[in-house]
Amino acid sequence: MKAHLTRRYMFSASHRLHSEQMSEEQNREVYGKCNNPYGHGHNYTVEITVSGQVDAQTGMVCNLVDLDGFVHQHVIQRYDHRNLNLMQEFTENVPTTENLCIAIYEILERGFRKAHLEKVRIEETMMNSFEYAGEGR
Amino acid sequence: MVYLTRKAEFSAAHYYHNPEFTPEENARTFGKCNNPNGHGHNYTLEVTVKGAVDPKSGFVVDLKQLKETMNREVLDALDHRFLNKEVPEFFTLIPTTENIAIAIWQRLAPKLNSAQLHRVRVYETPDLFVDFYGEA
Repeated sequence: MKAHLTRRYMFSASHRLHSEQMSEEQNREVYGKCNNPYGHGHNYTVEITVSGQVDAQTGMVCNLVDLDGFVHQHVIQRYDHRNLNLMQEFTENVPTTENLCIAIYEILERGFRKAHLEKVRIEETMMNSFEYAGEGR
Repeated sequence: MVYLTRKAEFSAAHYYHNPEFTPEENARTFGKCNNPNGHGHNYTLEVTVKGAVDPKSGFVVDLKQLKETMNREVLDALDHRFLNKEVPEFFTLIPTTENIAIAIWQRLAPKLNSAQLHRVRVYETPDLFVDFYGEA
């Protein structure tokens, strides 16, 4: 039997939305208060969904210890209490939550082998959330 | 096609243990969930059904009937129970959230006459949930 398992994690980070491909005025127009040159921060909630056959011996899609370990080491430690704009993946991409979803999806897709990655969903605030399930989904 | 979701809560005890494993394997695989005296959770269940909206009633499903079916087939059997010891599915299956979602699907699917079951979601905690769509 195939089941989907979702786990929620939290981290806090700062960012500024600003694109080098636009003028100062265009940036202010497009990003509004998110363009504040000093930056601002969020408590992000990340939901990671994986899927797979429920193992007959353990009753699990994957061991949570493995998922938690991977996510803490490769996602939470990477982003928690950091300025996203200073990170290598956001030197060219604006650290919108859309791009953050894609970055975290790619980290898991590259390195997590214990279950199939379905989706990364991020709540930037209680009022908005974004999700990415890979190209073509 | 319209989807309707009904939520319910139940509280139960469980522990994870595979009799085919050595004590060391059980401890390594299941960690603190292996404590044979059990521990408990407040589970939240979301049952999603789908169907066409009936032109006469405006309903996808009779909510009263859905609630009664959930109460009878699921909550009466699981609420305030020790899953490993009192719920037949878990005499042999380990009561992980994955297996609980599958067991709830199997209890509900044959009993829902008007609407089709789409998804069973079981939250073990607010930060961990399992979805089962009836896939093999």
